Amino acid sequence: MKYLLLIAGDESAEAHANDGCDGWSEEMIARGVIEGGAGLHPPTEATTVRVRDNELLLTDGPYAETKEQVGGFVLIDCADLDEAIEIAAKHPAAGYGTIEIRPILELPPGVM
Amino acid sequence: MTYAEVFRAEWGQVVATLIRVTGDWELAEECAQEACAAALERWPRDGIPAKPGAWLTTVARNRAIDWLRREAVGAAKLQEAAVLTQEPAPAYDVQDDRLRLIFTCCHPALAMEARVALTLRTLAGLSTAEIAKAFLVGETTMSKRLTRAKQKIRHAGIPYRVPPAHLLPERTPAVLAVLYLLFNEGYSDVVRSNLSTEAIRLARLLVQLMPDEPEAAGLLALMLFHDARRETRLAADGALITLDEQDRTRWDGVLITEAEALLDRTLQLGRPGPYQVQAAIAACHATARTATDTDWPQIAALYARLPQTPVVALNRVVAIGMADGPAVGLQLLEQLSTDYYLLPAVRADFLRRLSRRGEAAAAYREALELATTDGDRKYLAKRLAEVSVPS
Repeated sequence: MKYLLLIAGDESAEAHANDGCDGWSEEMIARGVIEGGAGLHPPTEATTVRVRDNELLLTDGPYAETKEQVGGFVLIDCADLDEAIEIAAKHPAAGYGTIEIRPILELPPGVM
Repeated sequence: MTYAEVFRAEWGQVVATLIRVTGDWELAEECAQEACAAALERWPRDGIPAKPGAWLTTVARNRAIDWLRREAVGAAKLQEAAVLTQEPAPAYDVQDDRLRLIFTCCHPALAMEARVALTLRTLAGLSTAEIAKAFLVGETTMSKRLTRAKQKIRHAGIPYRVPPAHLLPERTPAVLAVLYLLFNEGYSDVVRSNLSTEAIRLARLLVQLMPDEPEAAGLLALMLFHDARRETRLAADGALITLDEQDRTRWDGVLITEAEALLDRTLQLGRPGPYQVQAAIAACHATARTATDTDWPQIAALYARLPQTPVVALNRVVAIGMADGPAVGLQLLEQLSTDYYLLPAVRADFLRRLSRRGEAAAAYREALELATTDGDRKYLAKRLAEVSVPS
């Protein structure tokens, strides 16, 4: 199963932006469960895009104004939700922020 | 046993096995349903088979194979049907299947209400309509809740298994919490007492499946102690009858004896936990010949061993108030930093026993405002009347 770990936090989480993952990445890469991921600049740097009636609409800022914002993401491939929970719980951001585990939609073969 | 009772007794096992074999919760339920329908045709003629569970599982499994063949539009489904056909007939009594089912239904990634509904439907075999009625929601709402839960299990990849040993300490309490919630839903409401019966049935199953888990046995003992007093808790008019005024001769001695033996055996394992402690408290009440015989110091000491939630802290003060007198209790009550809704009722009782009638009446009035059940309200109104009449 593939899952996206959405790592979120409030403004105070920004202080951790350059912390690194304290060995988490190395451990999970060695375990072979990481497919990709990155940390993100804060939502103040975001640009939101919508196209309505062929018109391009741009907004400065994130798509939703909420207290907690996504600050990074990791794509993992592991056995099941229990393993995904274990992986997410080990991430240092779980200690100060929130990690949402979203199963990746598996499309039928041939659909891209 | 009637056919319906046989179906209810075997349902969880049939569904649990079919889920393992097909990996499809909806299909498993439908095929179990069809197997019961087939039994209704065959059994009146042939009699109930010696192993009705095995009979139902075999029929359900054959229905599943038929269905997968019929619906085999893609290669994947054909393959699935092929695998199912080749597999040796599943042992119908693989006990782990029901344990797998319990742990999956009670997975903490599911919302509590979904866990409860799923457990009642797939394991206990209640119909969607019955569950909807028990939780006072429409059948459509309950049906959606069940479908959503099963969908999440499938899409989010919740594994169908008994968690490995290192996860059991955090996952077993999740299962026990579902069963205890179920029991309490039925215990607080006469109309829904069938939920308590189901909770006890499931707890018995859990104890049988996890004989080394002392908290499962502790929970079952706790439920049995409470259940023994079920008939004496409410007056004819529905008013709550407190422990000290219940007719102890009407408590169910058989249940109490069973619970005591179970708790004794369990405590000897030397791995106490919150359910065992609560069962020990219930045992103090259930085994006291009269209300005045109650070992209140022991009860207070047991409450001190539980996590100090508002309700536990309050119960501890009640016990101390019974052991050392209402004046001591009242003093401790003032130090409690909680606005738990039962607090005014406890204060009212202490004041009443101290004959401070005016203050007691005021506290009973406050408690009445906060009461959540009819039984509580009737009881409090009766007490209020008592302290209001001139003596």
